[in-house]
Amino acid sequence: VRDRALIFTGLFLFVTLATFPVWYNLAGGRGAAPQPRKGTGNSCVAPLPYMRASHMELLREWRDGKVRGNRRVFGAADGSAYPVSLTGTCLNRCHGSAEEFCNRCHSYAGVPVPNCWRCHSSPPAEARRTAPVVGRIAQ
Amino acid sequence: VKLSRKEFLGLVAGTAVLAGAGKLVQAVQPAGEAARQEGEGRGRRWGMVIDLELCSREEGCRLCSQACHKAHNVPEIPNRAHQVKWIWHEPADRVFPFQQSAYSRPLGVEPLPVLCNHCAHPSCARVCPTGATWKREDGVVMMDYHRCIGCRYCMAACPYGSRSFNFEDPRPYLAAVNPEFPTRCAGVVEKCNFCEERLANGGVPACVEGCHHKAMVFGDLNDPHSAVRQLLKSRFALQRLPELGNGPAIFYLV
Repeated sequence: VRDRALIFTGLFLFVTLATFPVWYNLAGGRGAAPQPRKGTGNSCVAPLPYMRASHMELLREWRDGKVRGNRRVFGAADGSAYPVSLTGTCLNRCHGSAEEFCNRCHSYAGVPVPNCWRCHSSPPAEARRTAPVVGRIAQ
Repeated sequence: VKLSRKEFLGLVAGTAVLAGAGKLVQAVQPAGEAARQEGEGRGRRWGMVIDLELCSREEGCRLCSQACHKAHNVPEIPNRAHQVKWIWHEPADRVFPFQQSAYSRPLGVEPLPVLCNHCAHPSCARVCPTGATWKREDGVVMMDYHRCIGCRYCMAACPYGSRSFNFEDPRPYLAAVNPEFPTRCAGVVEKCNFCEERLANGGVPACVEGCHHKAMVFGDLNDPHSAVRQLLKSRFALQRLPELGNGPAIFYLV
């Protein structure tokens, strides 16, 4: 074949470009792991591995259960009861600002930041915080 | 049995006519019948009685709407076309458009408070394509903002104008955000929720609590001994546009 050189150059270029993201990540090493702010509560409403993998399922159940099914108390596996409230229980009682907790992992994993906070209130981030966690958010 | 073609066709047509007649009877049964069916002994049905005489004690009083709007993060938007209303005040001739004549005694309070009527047959819930609004068993017409797609069918359907659309982000118009209750965002419809979050904790609606003149009374319409039923028994009350058959749960004592 007379065009051998051309064909192989083209193939090489295509494979390099197509696999570029892989090489780029290998060369750069792994990015620093996300550092979500540590919760201040004693334990989460569900075990950590479950929350890491399936927190969205729990939150969806909380959302539909409270609004549509009037289920307002969540019984945790360890027997304690928590009020079903995204702002009140998840953030105010434990995790603090959504910016410092939710968003850090979401942006690391490339998952869009959830739109919960267009309506639900989140305590302000540490740096901007002027009042205690349960205070009103500065607009 | 052997049927001729003529007999067979006659039989089919007769059955169809009978089935149609049954449906028709169901559709045109008197409204009073439907009202009686939903009456006592069927669980709770929250309702409210507003005493217009007590309400007129203080001119320009807005305690009810102030309490509500503070509790639910309802914004104060200067542009009238973008206003969001949960409980607000309307001139009497717009609240009771066919009850007034040039010769009749005015109702006494002007303007008077209006809110979502939490209808027995809510037109808004009927037209909602996503199930974002529906009637709860206790009579509260609820809204699930998560499911609202902002189509505004409900606003067109509601004969009382009780629903507002968020044309813009309401947060810049809030003096302070109550973190206990979510704000809404641009693109969803909202309305009075009868303070279902307070009812769940055994409380009464914020407007009822905020009214210093005790002009608003809240209670169970299905309980003959409740305060609302006692008031309705002893005094003459008006509902807004009762002829539409929506069955409002808000009554005005005149």
